[in-house]
Amino acid sequence: MDAHIQIKNLNAYYDDIQALKDVNIELPRKQITVIMGPSGCGKTTLLKTFNRFLELTDKTSITGEVLIDGQNIYERDIDVTEVRKRVGLLAQRPFPLPMSIYENVAYGMHIHRMKNNRNEYRKAVRHYLEVAGLYDEVKTRLTNPATSLSIGQQQRLCLARGLAVEPEIILGDEPTSALDPVSSQHIEGRLLGLKEQYTIVIVTHTLRQAKRLADYVIYMYMGEVVESGPAKEVFNNPKQERTRAYLEGQF
Amino acid sequence: MKKHWHRRHIIEAFVKAVMIFSFIIVAGSLGLILWTVISRGLPALTWSMVSQTPKGGFYLGKEGGILNAIIGSLYLAGGGTLIALLFSLPIALYLETYLGDSRRGQYVRLALDILWGIPSIVYGAFGFIVMLAFGLRASLLGGIIALALIELPIMTRAMDEVIRRMPADLEQAALALGSTRLEIATRVVTRQMLPGIVTAILLAFGRGIGDAAAVLFTAGYTDRIPASILQPAASLPLAVFFQLGMPYPEVQKRAYASALILTIIVLAISLGSRWIAGRLSKYVMK
Ligand SMILES: Nc1ncnc2c1ncn2[C@@H]1O[C@H](COP(=O)(O)OP(=O)(O)O)[C@@H](O)[C@H]1O
Ligand SMILES: [Mg+2]
Repeated sequence: MDAHIQIKNLNAYYDDIQALKDVNIELPRKQITVIMGPSGCGKTTLLKTFNRFLELTDKTSITGEVLIDGQNIYERDIDVTEVRKRVGLLAQRPFPLPMSIYENVAYGMHIHRMKNNRNEYRKAVRHYLEVAGLYDEVKTRLTNPATSLSIGQQQRLCLARGLAVEPEIILGDEPTSALDPVSSQHIEGRLLGLKEQYTIVIVTHTLRQAKRLADYVIYMYMGEVVESGPAKEVFNNPKQERTRAYLEGQF
Repeated sequence: MKKHWHRRHIIEAFVKAVMIFSFIIVAGSLGLILWTVISRGLPALTWSMVSQTPKGGFYLGKEGGILNAIIGSLYLAGGGTLIALLFSLPIALYLETYLGDSRRGQYVRLALDILWGIPSIVYGAFGFIVMLAFGLRASLLGGIIALALIELPIMTRAMDEVIRRMPADLEQAALALGSTRLEIATRVVTRQMLPGIVTAILLAFGRGIGDAAAVLFTAGYTDRIPASILQPAASLPLAVFFQLGMPYPEVQKRAYASALILTIIVLAISLGSRWIAGRLSKYVMK
């Protein structure tokens, strides 16, 4: 397997509660990896170790390694803003920045000085709005506040905003759980389209969504990774009894 | 089903009547105040009122205007607001970042609320005593400091609320894009908080410009426009007060004209702040 992300001996703690226990996994490049498991099993915590978001919560600590392309992102001389630029995040609820639709997408490119002039920014904004499947709905009102969009549109805006900083990896923490079914489908469709170019890691608590999206599956239980592997194998032929129980809906 | 007049319906009708009555009383008083100021002040509101300082015999009904008080008031309230801003923003940030909802934070907020409620004449008297201790005379500087003290609790509490309403998700959204803390502060947080901060500033300015008691001892009164901050300064509320105390009808009319000018300034500020806040808050995340 061509691993994009490798996790080695990872433990994570909230104060003295251990939320991740000796996690050792590899996530394949340019595929959708789905992390599933019952609520409270550590899915969000695991995801937050990939873009160094766990340290934003007080009293958290980590041991072990998270390697992206072989580079441990917890090494001392790592630029955390660079990590977060390379690893985009689609949050549970969309949260646009307090700006216009246009500025939301341009913001990340501006702070990283990714383009040279206005025209390049304009083209890029249009491009990423198209990739997120939002452009046609907003092209006549790019200067309107992002808050004027529906929740579903806001989530696609957040996707465009994240893609605009040109990440290699996209994380999604239950990115459709706040959305209506049509908007969820929209987002799922976009994610499936994006996997040719990006490594995607999605947390979900619905098995059906996991089956629709997953190329690779990680099943967690009480802070441990119980099983991980290609989606077909895990879904059709789980090796662990606990995985089988989860898949059969015993939770 | 037919409606019967039960006890609860009667109570509802009664309470509603009380509410409407209260509203009429308050709206009526406001209307009456505006009517009095406009009807008596407008005839005396001439160009020379706003473009000239008092000439000899102005307080006996001869020519001149209250430009000294207009400029004086703008200087006083502007200076007071500026100083209050320099102190209230750091205090509000300290309250939020270090004290939060802790016990000490609650005490600081309580103290600010008490300061808010202290009558302005007390600030004036306090400022006066301090100035005496330093051997200072009534001056623009003294008035500015007294007004800054009055405005400080208002502005600090208003900003405290603005900062407290700052959603935590916003910072995370910006961090996820690889922003530095400085970029978040300058490009994101300001956009979110600016409408509230502008409102807080103008609220405090409005309170400062309308205050007579605090500037009575500290800024004094003069017919001249102050040329330095160590000279005394006139103010609109005191211009109203002194002219109204004169036994000449022309002068009293000018008192109402002065009150009208003050009212227009305060009204313009509050409408202006609403307009600005409205425009800026279009983008604000709830
Ligand atoms: N901020 C926090 N402080 C303390 N404990 C936390 C915090 N966030 C999560 N936890 C604990 O860590 C464990 C894993 O949580 P989480 O990763 O959010 O689970 P999931 O996303 O799978 O529902 C849970 O037991 C939870 O109680
Ligand atoms: Mg979660």
